[in-house]
Amino acid sequence: MTADALRPNLPPLSLHVPEPRFRPGDAVDFASVEVPPAGAQPRPDTAADPASFHDLAYTLVRVLDDEGRAVGPWDPRLDPDTLRAMLRDMALVRAFDERMFRAQRQGKTSFYMKCTGEEAVAIAATHALSRDDMCFPSYRQQGILIARDYSLVQMMNQIYSNSGDNLQGKQLPIMYSSKEDGFFSISGNLATQYPQAVGWAMASAAKGDTRIAAVWCGEGSTAEGDFHSAMTFATVYKAPVILNVVNNQWAISSFSGFAGAEATTFAARAIGYGMAGLRIDGNDALAVYAATQWAAERARTNQGPTLIEHFTYRAEGHSTSDDPGQYRSAGEPGAWPLGDPIARLKAHLIAIGEWDEERHAAQDREVAERVKAAQKEAEKNGILGHGLHQPLDTLFDGVFEEMPWHLREQRQQMLDEEEASGRPWARKS
Amino acid sequence: MNMIQAINSAMAVMMERDPNVIVMGEDVGYFGGVFRATAGLQEKFGKTRVFDTPITECGIIGVAIGMGAYGLRPVPEIQFADYIYPALDQLVSEAARLRYRSAGQFTAPLTVRSPFGGGIFGGQTHSQSPEGIFTHVSGVKTVIPSTPYDAKGLLIASIEDNDPVIFFEPKRIYNGPFNGHWDRPAENWSKHPAGAVPEGYYRIELGKAAIVRPGNALTILAYGTMVHVAKATVEDMAIDAEIIDLRTLVPLDIETIEESVKKTGRCMVVHEATRTGGFGAELSALVQERCFYHLEAPIERVTGFDTPYPHSLEWAYFPGPVRIGQALKKLLKD
Ligand SMILES: Cc1ncc(C[n+]2csc(CCOP(=O)(O)OP(=O)(O)O)c2C)c(N)n1
Repeated sequence: MTADALRPNLPPLSLHVPEPRFRPGDAVDFASVEVPPAGAQPRPDTAADPASFHDLAYTLVRVLDDEGRAVGPWDPRLDPDTLRAMLRDMALVRAFDERMFRAQRQGKTSFYMKCTGEEAVAIAATHALSRDDMCFPSYRQQGILIARDYSLVQMMNQIYSNSGDNLQGKQLPIMYSSKEDGFFSISGNLATQYPQAVGWAMASAAKGDTRIAAVWCGEGSTAEGDFHSAMTFATVYKAPVILNVVNNQWAISSFSGFAGAEATTFAARAIGYGMAGLRIDGNDALAVYAATQWAAERARTNQGPTLIEHFTYRAEGHSTSDDPGQYRSAGEPGAWPLGDPIARLKAHLIAIGEWDEERHAAQDREVAERVKAAQKEAEKNGILGHGLHQPLDTLFDGVFEEMPWHLREQRQQMLDEEEASGRPWARKS
Repeated sequence: MNMIQAINSAMAVMMERDPNVIVMGEDVGYFGGVFRATAGLQEKFGKTRVFDTPITECGIIGVAIGMGAYGLRPVPEIQFADYIYPALDQLVSEAARLRYRSAGQFTAPLTVRSPFGGGIFGGQTHSQSPEGIFTHVSGVKTVIPSTPYDAKGLLIASIEDNDPVIFFEPKRIYNGPFNGHWDRPAENWSKHPAGAVPEGYYRIELGKAAIVRPGNALTILAYGTMVHVAKATVEDMAIDAEIIDLRTLVPLDIETIEESVKKTGRCMVVHEATRTGGFGAELSALVQERCFYHLEAPIERVTGFDTPYPHSLEWAYFPGPVRIGQALKKLLKD
């Protein structure tokens, strides 16, 4: 049928379908990824008009150079204690991920997601925010809870859906929620948290509060309509919100080109909305800290929202259900030109004489021990698949504030069913 | 073949036969889909006919409508049925009405494939059964296979259909039928007659139910995974039930249903979706309207509960053999 429409004097159209540069078996060469020198980008006044710094949406704001020095106007000049605290939190997240990934492989839970290589994104940002600012994470920002000293045992209880799980076994593992710690309940539906964060920030502004909101989504998720609705609301109402896009290059098997990366940057999405946009080295904890601090100051002084693209790399599989060897070159994680965020921050601390290899090795052992001890503690509350951890009738709690007749009836039906099963309350999941 | 392979085969057959058939969706291209349903298709048919899309379900369906209006036959995949909601406006307000509102000038011949249902520890965002939302909308067809053989024949018929079709794939039975006992060894399609799937073209007409088990004591109406759970339960309890696999909810094979219920005088409806306003409500209303004077007992509805799908208690949510068994006893009481 297309042939009928062909006119001989015009060339046939062709459909462009993006293709990543490397597939399994290909040698990787990231020479085309532009990495400007650290310290080269100007730092505008936080009250500056977004139209005056469009360039910052197209380049890469970097603080740490190859020698581990902090250079340029974006250097947040953090004291060594803060730097060490960030390093410790990042190491802790990595140790936690390792252990929980293994726990899933051992059949102790159904699912897990690591953030390997992206630890700086959540950790450094959380350190730059106030404790009472509200975070709307996606599933790869477990670092927020770690940086806010949330209990590791609690996190694991949630992962195991055990009797200590404060979400009563209702959520998928890793879909944490802690209102007290400014950590919004994670949804499995991508990007839905984006407009919600903007709404929270608008409410805070409308109430004359001082707290701001921050939200994270992956670059793949920026294609969702929710992202664009959120951008419109944020800019129209100058919402005090930091909109983070974690560009880790891959959305399951789809490279960033399928979200539009061949045409422009994700930070540049801000420009069309008249919003402040920054593109930063997401493997540089100091750049993440500095950008977040800058955006937070804009938000707190009613200068409106900032979109930050964290340029980083997903060093491991998408989740425990994924095998990245099927769709990308095994050489990619190693060849990634921005290095490893933990190694870079460690090198910086060593360069300024505030850290050394021995202390680092000791810390690695210490965080591994801490995670191991937490796991032991959490497993006292059970693991997924070993019997009934939650009272069965909690299944009906929380659908509504008060239970209507039809749910009461169904709850009774379920309890009767359990009795009739012949081995009541021994249910294995 | 297992059900995934049968679905893959249906797409391959149709792409071979009709150059206008295209496959699109999140991760369906190079990788072949997170459930591998589109594996190998891009290699065979090229990137302009099988491609990955941005993660925007409303975009996927909106674009597929435009492609359909041009004259293609898109087969978009929504990675999990739980993620069809962002596309709801495009499906409900646009695809479903395009033919009607343009008096037939434009149509949207798309087949939206999506894995649905629970039983894989997917938690509340990878387990839902939203078929009732679509059966409530005029202008879309809703198809749900229960075997590899049916899946292939029904998918081919859906792709050939000129109306928008929602094709829900019960992911719990992708690899084998499921008797409802989560703690017993899983069955495999290779040992099941319906796993013998021909390589080539064949179709199963939409709107025709299958009597998967003839009987006289009562009629069970089911679809997808629940066909197998109901069948296993009935066989365990040695009940002479007639089990009807609806296969398509819209259009519905009302004749087969009516005939069966008039014969048996009793009717039970089983689905995994939440109860209130679910498709079971429609089925019981229809049976009540058409078979009232033949009924010897009230119609029984066996469903999931009116809660989200809980992660750790998913087997308490799932309408398994005990729930079905109790309803059977009630239905056969007098
Ligand atoms: C609305 C919706 N559509 C599809 C999915 C399935 N899905 C889960 S994660 C994912 C990829 C997300 O990629 P990205 O946003 O880049 O984040 P990353 O995983 O790389 O951190 C997809 C498609 C989903 N969870 N929600």
